[in-house]
Amino acid sequence: MIEIFGIPSQALFGQLLLGLINGSFYALLSLGLAVIFGLLNIINFTHGAQYMMGAFAAFFLLNYLGLNYWVALVLAPLIVAATGVVIERLFLRHLYHLDHLYGLLLTFGLALIIQGLFRNQFGSSGMPYPIPDSLRGGQNLGFMFLPNYRAWVVVCSLVVCFATWFVIERTRLGAYLRAATENPALVRAFGINVPRMITLTYAFGVGLAALAGVMAAPIYNVNPLMGADLIIVVFAVVVIGGMGSIMGAIITGFTLGIVEGLTKVFFPEASNTVIFVIMVIVLLIRPAGLFGRTA
Amino acid sequence: MKQDVIKTAPAKSRSEMIGFVLMVVVLLAAPLFVYPVLLMKVLCFALFACAFNLLIGYVGLLSFGHALYFGWASYVSAYAAKTWGFTPELAIVAGTLVGAGLGLVAGVVAIRRQGIYFAMITLALAQMMYFFAVQAPFTGGEDGIQAVPRGHLFGLIDLSDRNAMYLSVVAIFLGGFLLIYRIIHSPFGEVLKAIRENEARAISLGYKTDRYKLLAFVLSTALAGTAGATKAIVLQLASLTDVHWTMSGEVVLMTLVGGLGTVFGPVVGAFVIIVMQNELAQFGQWVQVIQGGIFVICVLLFRRGIVGEIAALLRIRL
Repeated sequence: MIEIFGIPSQALFGQLLLGLINGSFYALLSLGLAVIFGLLNIINFTHGAQYMMGAFAAFFLLNYLGLNYWVALVLAPLIVAATGVVIERLFLRHLYHLDHLYGLLLTFGLALIIQGLFRNQFGSSGMPYPIPDSLRGGQNLGFMFLPNYRAWVVVCSLVVCFATWFVIERTRLGAYLRAATENPALVRAFGINVPRMITLTYAFGVGLAALAGVMAAPIYNVNPLMGADLIIVVFAVVVIGGMGSIMGAIITGFTLGIVEGLTKVFFPEASNTVIFVIMVIVLLIRPAGLFGRTA
Repeated sequence: MKQDVIKTAPAKSRSEMIGFVLMVVVLLAAPLFVYPVLLMKVLCFALFACAFNLLIGYVGLLSFGHALYFGWASYVSAYAAKTWGFTPELAIVAGTLVGAGLGLVAGVVAIRRQGIYFAMITLALAQMMYFFAVQAPFTGGEDGIQAVPRGHLFGLIDLSDRNAMYLSVVAIFLGGFLLIYRIIHSPFGEVLKAIRENEARAISLGYKTDRYKLLAFVLSTALAGTAGATKAIVLQLASLTDVHWTMSGEVVLMTLVGGLGTVFGPVVGAFVIIVMQNELAQFGQWVQVIQGGIFVICVLLFRRGIVGEIAALLRIRL
């Protein structure tokens, strides 16, 4: 077996792949947070719960309606996004004129409610979700074995991330969105329905979290607490990347996933904390984050 | 948090004095009606919430990671009392110093950003230290540190006596409460409120606001440490629940329910939340759902909290 820095190549590349997978989820989730923060100025603490709801939606669709993974990949984010519309209309709408911290507190409360309800119903142990038949098996690349499903997750999230970036940074719709964050009154004067745009933006961000949840279901099982601790790591990713930047969310998401994977190989004890340590170092050097603009 | 925090005038108010006397009377009479161990737990969390409120209510800083100082102080004092044989007062001092030290390090990092960023950074730092607590050998992992001896206060007073323990906790709580009261009514406290209202203007007046914010942060974390250490001695247990981020959320909830930026709010909030948890313990996860519901209701309809609403109704300062 080939060894690199005294580590068997299988283990090294295995962890690298795992890091890349985690990075895909970090990127999708921090991207959703960045989109929501950009237009609503709200830190969506419910994001982790919405990721979990995406996984559960896929689980329900399969076990109660017999709908497979590919249908769930489209339907589950739509369903969870619809709950996002309800949340925005019922709750968040009343908070925009207040201090931003109230949005954080409200979504934190919602996360507690959602996670508590799911735990009451399903307990804390995970439930398995099978890998779709067409993505079973894997490729032997010579230096490592690459499971098809994991390759699919990485490619799919890369495509979704860059599609989102493209829409927001390079299209007319994205230009309206960015303009509405700067000056909603002016954009409204152009005849654009800003409140509806805000609702749909929130729903889109929530849908991204749910999409990540569906993709995570076959890897991590479906569990009411799957989003609870993940969301804080994603907050750290967001702080490192800088909240203002869509590209920052994507690049730091993938990079930190890989860094975490490598740490697992070389210093396993530090793997849970490495992202937070990086956050501290980055903040000491660049308080606005790597890609952020100073306010 | 500008909109709903009650504006405080510099002079000491008579209503606060009456409130304080009333609180002391209630605390001394309460063990006749309520189970003392529950009361002691309430007092530890009340001090914790008061320390947290010093930041959110008077400096406008939302720290979402206060479990870090509370939980780590409780580990250190439990370990000191059990393994090193510290007397309870020294164990609590050790916990307080740990709270202050960790607060200084976290503060230096977090003070550099404001608002939501500050909240997220404090939360992430707390989660980092949670993982240290899970892995460190001295914390006992999932079991925590159990059977912490209460010991003899100053080597003389046996704290296994329930009344002695209760009075000690009341004394610690009142000491912390009065210190916070003194801080917010001092010239230093006035600068803090100025920073809360308009930091840019405070800077333009020549105040080094970062230093003021850092000092307030360290004072708050030190007192959170006192609260955590006292809790470890009272309940004879230090465990992972106290360092987990849900604990950081609970202290926010207590302060929000009682009233942000009110002197007595955190005390009332801690009482309401702890008693509620105690009464509903048999319903399992429903407690979490109800707490979430209270969060949502407070933020939407009830931003002044219980004490804040009463104060507004009676047009007094509490």
